[in-house]
This record gives sequence, C-alpha cells and structure tokens, in this order.
Amino acid sequence: MMAEKKHMALALCSGCGIGAALDTDKLTAAATGFAGNLPCMQHEALCSESGLDVLHRFTKEHEVDHLAIAACSPRVKSEEFSLTGIYVERINLREQVAWVMEPGEEDTQMCAEDQTRMALARLHSISEIRPYVPDHVNRDILVVGGGIAGLTAAREGAEAGYTIHLVEKRKIPGGYAGRLYKLSPEGAGRNTLSEPDIQELVREVQENPNINLHLETTIQSISGEPGNFTVRLQHEKEQTIGVGAVVVSTGWKPYDTNRLGHLGYGASRVKTLEEFEQYVRTDAVPGRVLFILCAGSRDKEHLPYCSSYCCSASLKQALYVREKNPDAEVYIVYRDIRTVGFQEEFYKMVQADDAILMTKGSVESVREEHGEVRVVVKDSLIANEVTIAADMVVLATGMVPNSTIDLQLQYRQGSGLPEIEYDFSDSHFICFPYETRRTGIYAAGTVRAPMDIEQSREDGAGAMMKAIQSVESVKRGEAVHPRSGDMTFPELFMERCTDCKRCTEECPFGMYDENEKGTPLPNPARCRRCGICVGSCPERVIGFADYDINSISAMIKAVDVPDEFEEKPRILLFICENDAYPALDAAGVSRLRISPFVRVIPVRCLGSINKVWISDALAHGYDGVLQIGCKPGDDYQCHFIHGSELTKKRGENLQETLETMMLEPERIRTQFVEITEHHAIVSIINAYVEELEAIGPNPFKSM
Amino acid sequence: MNSTTLVIGGGISGITAAAELADAGRQVVLIEKEPYLGGHVAGFHNYFPKLCPPSCGLEINYQRIRSNPRISYYTGARVTAIEGGYGHYEVTITLEPRLINNRCTSCGKCAGVCPEEPKAAYIPGGLAFPMKYTIQADLCKKEACGKCLEVCPYDAIQLDACAATVEIEVGKIIIATGWSLYDAGRLEHYHYQQEQDVVTNLEFEHLLAATTRENRQLTRPSDGKVPARIAFIQCAGSRDVNHLPYCSAVCCGVSIKHALTLAEAYPDIATEIFYIDIRLPGRNEKLLERAKATGRIKFTKGKVGRIIHHNNRSGLTLEVEDVMAGGKRYDAFDMVVLAMGMTPNHIDKDLAVNMYGFYLEGQPSGIITASSCKRPMDVSSSVKDATAAALKTMRR
Repeated sequence: MMAEKKHMALALCSGCGIGAALDTDKLTAAATGFAGNLPCMQHEALCSESGLDVLHRFTKEHEVDHLAIAACSPRVKSEEFSLTGIYVERINLREQVAWVMEPGEEDTQMCAEDQTRMALARLHSISEIRPYVPDHVNRDILVVGGGIAGLTAAREGAEAGYTIHLVEKRKIPGGYAGRLYKLSPEGAGRNTLSEPDIQELVREVQENPNINLHLETTIQSISGEPGNFTVRLQHEKEQTIGVGAVVVSTGWKPYDTNRLGHLGYGASRVKTLEEFEQYVRTDAVPGRVLFILCAGSRDKEHLPYCSSYCCSASLKQALYVREKNPDAEVYIVYRDIRTVGFQEEFYKMVQADDAILMTKGSVESVREEHGEVRVVVKDSLIANEVTIAADMVVLATGMVPNSTIDLQLQYRQGSGLPEIEYDFSDSHFICFPYETRRTGIYAAGTVRAPMDIEQSREDGAGAMMKAIQSVESVKRGEAVHPRSGDMTFPELFMERCTDCKRCTEECPFGMYDENEKGTPLPNPARCRRCGICVGSCPERVIGFADYDINSISAMIKAVDVPDEFEEKPRILLFICENDAYPALDAAGVSRLRISPFVRVIPVRCLGSINKVWISDALAHGYDGVLQIGCKPGDDYQCHFIHGSELTKKRGENLQETLETMMLEPERIRTQFVEITEHHAIVSIINAYVEELEAIGPNPFKSM
Repeated sequence: MNSTTLVIGGGISGITAAAELADAGRQVVLIEKEPYLGGHVAGFHNYFPKLCPPSCGLEINYQRIRSNPRISYYTGARVTAIEGGYGHYEVTITLEPRLINNRCTSCGKCAGVCPEEPKAAYIPGGLAFPMKYTIQADLCKKEACGKCLEVCPYDAIQLDACAATVEIEVGKIIIATGWSLYDAGRLEHYHYQQEQDVVTNLEFEHLLAATTRENRQLTRPSDGKVPARIAFIQCAGSRDVNHLPYCSAVCCGVSIKHALTLAEAYPDIATEIFYIDIRLPGRNEKLLERAKATGRIKFTKGKVGRIIHHNNRSGLTLEVEDVMAGGKRYDAFDMVVLAMGMTPNHIDKDLAVNMYGFYLEGQPSGIITASSCKRPMDVSSSVKDATAAALKTMRR
C-alpha cells in the first residue's frame, strides 16, 4: 500500500551560536536543493515563546507531518519540540556542530549541510509508525514459587487489582522461611528472636479473592509473549491458563553437602544450618557447639560468592544453643561477620554473651574422634593454630539458586532464564536490578541473588511492579526499558528470508522463535527494540518503521563527498544513542574541538549496524567508518547485553568485505567509551581522522 | 481519590519510583530540593562492583522522564506542608528561585561573563538534567553586577526572582529523601577539620569524578601533588556507640572500589584499607577478589586509633591497632580517606522514625517510605526498594 505523500518541512534555529557558526541562508538553500519543494523557516530562538508560536503557525500553514528541526541536541528542549501529530527529526547543529567546530569555516558549513540533508533523507524514507498491540492483552500475572518473595509478589499484585496465579510445587506454601524455627531480628532496636510470621502472609494470600493458589503444581510449559503467555499447569490433571507476565521466585537450595567432606560433613556430629534449624526443635542441644561460617562459600573451589544470610543465621542459631542449653558454650569461626545495616545491633548483642566465643580464622581440618569433633583453626585471633573440641559442628552453607529450567519456556533460546553469574538469574545492571532478557518475566528473591527475608519481600514487590508495567506497556503498544515508550517494532519481509537463523540466535531477548525449517517466528511483545536483528540480517529483511536498512542507507548517501583532490576526507561516525551520543553532546557543552570531516548517524545499539551500511559508505566514497559504542566485556555497559560484543565479532567479517573491495583494514574502526568520557571520545574521533588523512583518500571516491 | 503520586526526592530512588510508575501508566509528580535531578549518584565517579559510571543509568532514566508525558518534575523544590490524608493529600511545594527561568537554552553565556570564583552561574557538567543553568544566590552580587543580564539573549535571567509556592493534590506520596554523610568533624581523633588531606569517602568520590570530567590527574587537596600512599579508614564513626551504632552497608564496597580504581589508573599509588570486617555481601565478593588480585591494595584488620596531627609539617601518621599482628603500629600516609556512614534525610513533616532517625515502613496511609531514608543500602538495593514502593502506591 502506498503511503500518502509526506508533508515535510525544515525549521532552523540560529540561536546559541548556530547563526554565528553557519550561514543559515546557505544551509536552507542546501536543504531545498536536496529536498526540492521544502517549506523552511528560521528563528533566532526557536525554543522561545515567540519561536514556538512561529513554528506552530508554520507547521499548521504547511500541514507539516514530518519536520526536521535543526537546532540543539534531541536530549534538550524535548518538551518544546514535541509537536502533536508530527514526526520530528532533530538535527543536532548546536552541540555536535556549532559548539565543536570552527565558526564560519567552510568545513563547518559543509558538515551542517550534510547533517541536514541526512535528516531530510531519513524523514523521506521512514514509514508510518503503527504500534504492535495484540487484539487481546491478558493482565493476569503468574507467580512461580510460593516462598517469601513469591507470596509477597502475589499479595502486592492482588492488592493493586491484578488477578494472580501463584504456583507452588509443594503442598504448603512458605518456602524456606516457612520452615524456620525462629527469625533473626529485623530493623533497629529489636534484639530478640521472633516467632516466624510467614503463616500470616500465607493466610492473606489464601484469603485474597484475586489470588488463585495452585499448590502441588508444576509447570508443563510457558509459551507466547508479554500480554499473551499460555501456561500449562500440571496438578492432578493438566490445566491451561493465560497470563500477561510472570514473576519467577523459585528460591534456593543449600550448597551440596557431599562436597563439604573436608569440613567434616558426613560425620554424625556435623550438621548444616538447615539441619540444625530442625534439630533444635526436637533434640537436646549439647554443651559445646562450633559454627564454621563461609562453609563452602567465598571459596573458588566451591561457591565463590557470599550468601549474605549465613552470618546472621549462625548468630541466631548460637542463641538457640544458649536458649536450649543455658550451660552450653558456642564457638563461631568466621572470616568477616557480615551483619550489615541495623543487624549490627544483633551482632553486638550476641557478642556480649560471654559463653559465645567468636574468632576470625580459617578452618584447617574437622575430625570426629572419641565422641567429639576436633576443629583445627589457623590464623585466628587466639593463636596461629588452635584446636577446639566441640560436641557438634554446624556448617553455615551457602545458597544455590534453584534452576529456572522448570519454567519450561517454549523459547528458541532455551527453557530457563539466562543466568549472568554463578547460576543466578540476576540483572547485570546496578541501576536496573530487574533488567531481564526475557521481557515480561522477572526474577525475584534468592533465585536472582543471595538475600535475606527482608530483602526478599522488597524484591517480590519490585518484580511484581515490573510485571504489571510490562503488561500495561503491551496494552499501549510500547516497549519497556531501556527504550520505554518506543512504539516501533521489527517487521520482516519474509519472502527474502533464507532461514539463516542469525536473528534468532543473536537477539539478546529471545524475541524470535523458529519453526523446524529455521524460519524466524517473531514475538514482537518480547522485543526491546535494540535493532540487533537489523544488524544481524545478511538479507536485510528486518526493519523498524523509522529505523531500517533504507532509511540509514539514504542518510549515508545524502552526504556530498568531495573528490579526492579537495583533501576533505569524510568519516562516517555510527554512534550509540545510549552512552556515546550523550558523551559527544557533553563534549559540545565543554566546547571541545571535533574534526568537521565527521558525519554522525546515531544508532540504537552498535549491534544494529548492518554490514551493508558500511559497504554503502565505502562505495559512496567515505574514507572511513568509525563505530563508537558502550563497553563490552565482563563488566559490559551495553544496554542490549551483547550489542557491542557482536560488533567486535562482526568486525572480522567486515575485514573480508574490505579485502574484496581492495581497501585498507583501517577504514573500519570500532571503539568503546563510557558516557562520562567526553574528552576520550573527542580524542578517538580526531585521532581517527588524522590516521585516515595519513592513509589517503578512499579510491572509490573517483568512481 | 486522586490518582497522581507525588515522589519526594529526585535521587536515583525517587527517579526510579517515578519512572516505574509512569511507565506503568500512572501520573507522577517528582520533586527534588537541588536544582538538578540525580542526587548523590549524579556526582559519583563510578559504582561498585562494575566500576561503571552512574550517568549511564541516569541518562536512561532522564530519557524516560523526557519521553513520558505522565511525569512532571520540579527541581529546587521542597515540600513545606502536607495536609489531608489518604487519597487526597494537599501538598505545598516551595520552589527556590534558580534566578534563571525556563527560557534558558544552556548556551552558557551567563557563566562566561560571571566574574565570581567559583562562578555563581553554573551547570554541573554536560550530562546534567535539566540542561539549564542556575545562579547560586549566595555567590551572586545580583543587580550590583548584572553582567549575565546584559549578555543573555533569551531573557532568561531573573535576578529578582523570589521563592514561589505551588499547591498540588495527590493521592499517595513516596518519600525517597535519601541520606547525608555523617559529620566527619565529630571524629576529633582524625583531625578532619585541621588536615586538608583527610577527606571523607564522598569527597574522595568527587575528586575521582573530577579527574574524568576535567581530564586530569588525581591530586591531593593540600599541595596539588599526586599522593603516593593513601589510607582508607573503614567504619569511621560507624559501628560505634558514640557515633553511628549501625553499619552503613556500603562503605566497604565504596573504599574497595576507590582503592581498585586507583590501582587500575595509578599504579604508583599504594593503598591500605583498615577494617573491622569486610562487608561485601552477595556477588560483590568478586570485587574483593579483583581488588586483592591487583596485589597493590593492602588489607589490615584493625582500628585506626587516631591520626597524629603535626603542626607545620605535612604528612599524616596513623596509629593503628593491628589485630592480626597484635599491637600498635605507626604508619605515614599522604592522604587519608574516612569511610563515613549514612544518616537519613527528612522532610518537614513528622513521620515515624526508628531510634536512629530512619523512616519506618509504617506511616500514615498512602505515605510510602523508600530506600536509604529507611535503612542504609547500596544503589541496587535502593532501586529495588523504590520499585517495590512504586507498587505499594498502586494498592487499592
């Protein structure tokens, strides 16, 4: 279907130094020269009341539906320049041209004219945005796992008016916390152990009419996408329900005791925290009990991490011993006592008991002999080496997250949640703890990270919030974090698809499923709009309404490339919108100097750069292509998980492209910066321009 | 029942609560007392354990605020009265004059001509939000100078602007007022007031941030030289009944992060961390391993009894109680960083607090407390709790 003819226009601001740096009339002439019959307006302060007034009248008069605003960065004045019913393309003449290039110079002018032509070319070639909104969006939410995090999630979701399905594989909900003898104090000024209160929460959940509790139930499969998941449950018989989002709170299990033989496990007098928790309910507590903290934790051979709960759980159990047997002595061998926050008071209280002796130290050996356990401790506060005899030893074993494979996700990329480290289905991002690679599915509690009861409650509520948000976003046809509000989604021209599977493999969010032939089956509501599939597709069949192969190619080709004798190289800069683009803006705010030979195209993620854009650029006569994005590696900052990593990998293939074009490998370069490195980004750009000037012009220029 | 939520506090927690609610379709008003959003983290150099810059996540959140019509925000704003109750709170907000109005384009001409040092007209860096200048009233000579008035082409300077009040009605309120550092001046044995090179962890964070922003080396305050030995004193005033009896949960991570940042960027600077217990729960253990693997950071279990203050002589001598070696030792450093703890920030309304002044969960119906004004916590936990608080305001 042919789209109706676009009504494009250009509004140019000459304020903030733009007018001083550029000949704006010449710029307007270049724009009309490129786009033909293009209504243009100029104002010396477009964002001012009078400027906006003129702009509104101008757009009305010309019935503008696609407007290029050549002014400041799209990161500023966004409210002023968002115009109802008009698609606005911002041309960043201020931060990225006028503020960083020599005013009045020919090269600065050429840069501004090119950037304007590029924006117009993009406006000309993009399609109308029609959001993906499924006919029916299910607002119900599934919670998997009825421990403290899951119960809290269910209750909070139900209180907010959502229907919840809570699935628990056991007969009794409550999880680990439900099996505790007593609870450590929580909050300030509370120094006594308290009776478990989880049964109150269980009762609230059972009595809430918005919560459907499915006990002794397992999941057969979860298929679909946010707003439309189909869940097959198995209790006595199979039942199918529909939900819009999922909270996964399947909890943890203690570390495998079979691997703790070196700490005496296997001997009758050596127990774990979990075992001792039950033991004290029924059995007599002996006179000397020794706790070994970090048993198999903070240990490269076992669990490298700290499980957070064991210090305070051990202190609690030390009090059990004293309560049950007032004559008993307790020893605690620790590496560091990690009672953070207000738990410190609890630690002080336990410390004050003279019958509880604590020492830093490392356990050398644990041996049961002559009816007692002999524990050799090295590097302690007592002596270099000391042997302590005890009647019972308790090993503070760490947390191992339960596998999420049991979710049985019918996703091409696997049936569980992706894990980031040590099998935890956690977010990689400090500022976004609920970042998920399975949109609409959020991990909560100890399956996500080691945490205590208080944190699990907060986590359950937080994950439920994200689940609700995901459903509400699907209803509006919008993406969730980090491109929240984006209404575009990938559309595939299937006739040309060769079933190569790159998109289905490379999507960080498992958006694509696959049929048996390998043909991609998109689930748009899972999509996070990074465009990595656009970059992955060798047949160039994937695109977003306003971000596709043709629109970026059109931008590339809109640049006037001077011939080789003019000594004006042209460098195409693909810049990641998330971190590198703001860094370049910040360079503008600091008025650093950038080479005017660079032409900037912002990209959704480096991973969205399609190889064809690079060959287009080189064929068009650009001397080099520089891609700048977020840091890859273990501590990656790429908002789309592995976009930057993929770009590095794809770089190798690009070198082949260069070879076939008989070009130097230096003509493509990938660099990474942090958002705060505005000095570095300027050095990278300028150094690359110099390097290319030394290499000489691209031979394709003259063709 | 008013369906708008007010979020008090524009740090990472308040921003998160506001953005999460708005993304879920709710109307939100966010207010921040400073002229810019971002709170403490906007001034941080990096986060632990990844050593990544906070601006990266802030930028995403600012983008969410920019693009979501359901959020409105006020900066330089304080709540001066809260009346009414659940579902219909009437809130009075007092807006401090920033002496520059919304016509500001951030062109920077005002700062260019401002004769004061430091400049009265400023913007805290190229990633600030909102991207508008502010004139600090206490540094500005107003009409007696007026240079900025002359150069501003956009009629944005208003040197005679007065505080304004706004009254809004909201249904629920999230309190995310965050924390302030404990006063280091109260630790007399560390001579924070007298010694320029004894700095708090927060000041050290700002020093590191300035190195990237200004593209320069780390130098110490007293003589502008690169320090050769830096000591970190953990639990400075924390876990101490005379000061803050509790543990602030983040200071171990912060100091190790600082030492690691130095180890990676300044191989010649030697660092030593004096601690009681290293508290890096969860996966953050990896940070400790990474710090130890550099081989350049010394960890000593022990309390620093005092910093010996020499009159007329530079250099700082620490008196250390070395627990594992046994006994006292004296050691000289060029700079000392005090790992200070957190105290809660309050609003002008009596709310329920615990014995240390942190807000309790239980408040009048419809008022939800979130994050570090409730309990000391790190950024990730704060964001998590702010997200949970957002849901609590959606209770029917």
